[in-house]
Formats: sequence, structure tokens, C-alpha cells
Amino acid sequence: MNIIRYQTPSAVAPVLPRLSGLSALSSEMDRLFSAFPFFGGSEERFEGWQPAVDLYHDKDSVLVRAELPGMNKEDIHVSLHEDVLTLSGERRQEKSHNEKGNLRSERYFGKFERRFTLPVRVDSRRVAASYEDGVLTVTLPKAEEAKPRQIEVNVK
Amino acid sequence: MTVPAEQQQSQQHNGNGQPQQSQRRSANAFLRPRTHIVETGDGYTLQVELPGVNKHGLEITVENGELTIVGRREPFQTEAELVYRESRTADFRRAFELDPSIDTTRIAARLEQGVLTLDLPKAEAAKPRRIEVAVA
Repeated sequence: MNIIRYQTPSAVAPVLPRLSGLSALSSEMDRLFSAFPFFGGSEERFEGWQPAVDLYHDKDSVLVRAELPGMNKEDIHVSLHEDVLTLSGERRQEKSHNEKGNLRSERYFGKFERRFTLPVRVDSRRVAASYEDGVLTVTLPKAEEAKPRQIEVNVK
Repeated sequence: MTVPAEQQQSQQHNGNGQPQQSQRRSANAFLRPRTHIVETGDGYTLQVELPGVNKHGLEITVENGELTIVGRREPFQTEAELVYRESRTADFRRAFELDPSIDTTRIAARLEQGVLTLDLPKAEAAKPRRIEVAVA
């Protein structure tokens, strides 16, 4: 799953089930997330460092975890615009003057960017992010109207 | 932090110092962590990526000129349901054959935000030395 362009609902509709925030049942959300990897404009394909990202959800929030070992907190950026979450940053390589040469170079350095269109509305004021042991965890509480609600049926 | 040489059960290795058997048994499958190796004037520096591993899950041993790193990590504890996964949950393991000139008693390690940095200094005697010539 690479860069995902934000698709307007009309572009998305032919392929995915109806995107309706109010009726976001968990199974529908699962399909939405799993279908996304096959989306994305190829013009925005980003070669190079693609940190692994996992997505979780429960009735209250969406959780995004990214493996980003060896970064400085200041170099990690999390931003939310409407329902598009962008994780980006830069991992700098510290070179000491004493170095004679690289013998093995498997780590990625430089910039990365991952973008996700969230299938539910989230409360942007309450989004929190933490970085521990090289793992970034972003907690996005769902907006009240996006949470599943039981509708009472009145029988006359 | 210096790492004393310890007794450890040896496993079969291929030429890269990577255990082959354990990678085929899914119950004991390990991930091979990305590593950056740099040679310095005094020895070598290794950076090993172990996201999610803290000090308690880290095990570094040196035996018979072989350095083995094992990084164990707890799976993410949450009540939330997994929707999409790109990461792999297994623990990390990697072994390296050490240049014999490395002084294993002075290996230093530090773990920061999931990256283990190891300094492997060469023994003094192994560094190139100028030999003074006495002229009679």
C-alpha cells in the first residue's frame, strides 16, 4: 500500500460499497481498508522508504501504528486534513568524521510519506500521537456522529 | 555497556552467519532486522533496527567470534480490532561473524527508539602500527 490519493466519493463509488459515515458498520470498514491498497494514482507512487503501517479500530477510535525506528520526534509529522491522515518525516543519517566507509547499508534514510483516507470522521481536536521504542502510534477518536449507534425500534 | 561472552546453544549457520533452520520452522521464525554497518578508524559500528523492542527484550551474545542479536517484543496490546497490517509480528534475530581483530571485551551497546547501536572496537594490537627503525 503506497501513497493513497484522496479520492472524492464519486470516484470511489463504482468500486467500493457505499461510503456512508453514519452507517459505518465494522465489516464495511474492514472492506474499505483492505480495498485501499489497490487504489492510488500511480503518478504519486513513492519509491524508497515505505515504513510499515498497521490500522486498528474499535467503536471509539481508529489507531494507526507505524514502525519508524531511530527517528527524532521533531522529524516525525502527523497531519490530518478533513479525513486524510498523512504521516511523514525524515530520518537523518549521522555521519561521524571517523568513518572509513559503509560495509552494509540496509537501512532507509531520508524522507517518507504515507497517506490514508479514513473511512470515518474523526475528531481532529482529540487526535494524539506517541513515539516509543521506534513505533509511532496515532489515536484518532471517531467523531460522535460516526460511532455506531443502536436505533431503538418502537413497536406499537 | 560491555557484553561478556556467554555460553549459547549454537545453531547451524550458512555462510552469512544467519541461522537457516530456525527460519523454516514457522513456530520459531524470526525476522532479520535491517542493519547498517560502518567501518571506522577504531573498529566497526553496527546499527540494527528493532522497532518495538525495549531493553528487556534485547539479548546480545558473543561466542567464538560470532555476535548474535535477539530482539523480542510484545505484540501491540489493544482491545481494538486489527483492520490492516503491513508490519510483521515476529521477533528479530541476526548473527554476525566478527572480524578477529575486534576486542570483544570492549563491545558497547545502546538502544534508542528501536535502534541498537553497537560499537565494536578493534584490539590495539590489530591497528596498523608504525615500526620505528633504529639506525645503528
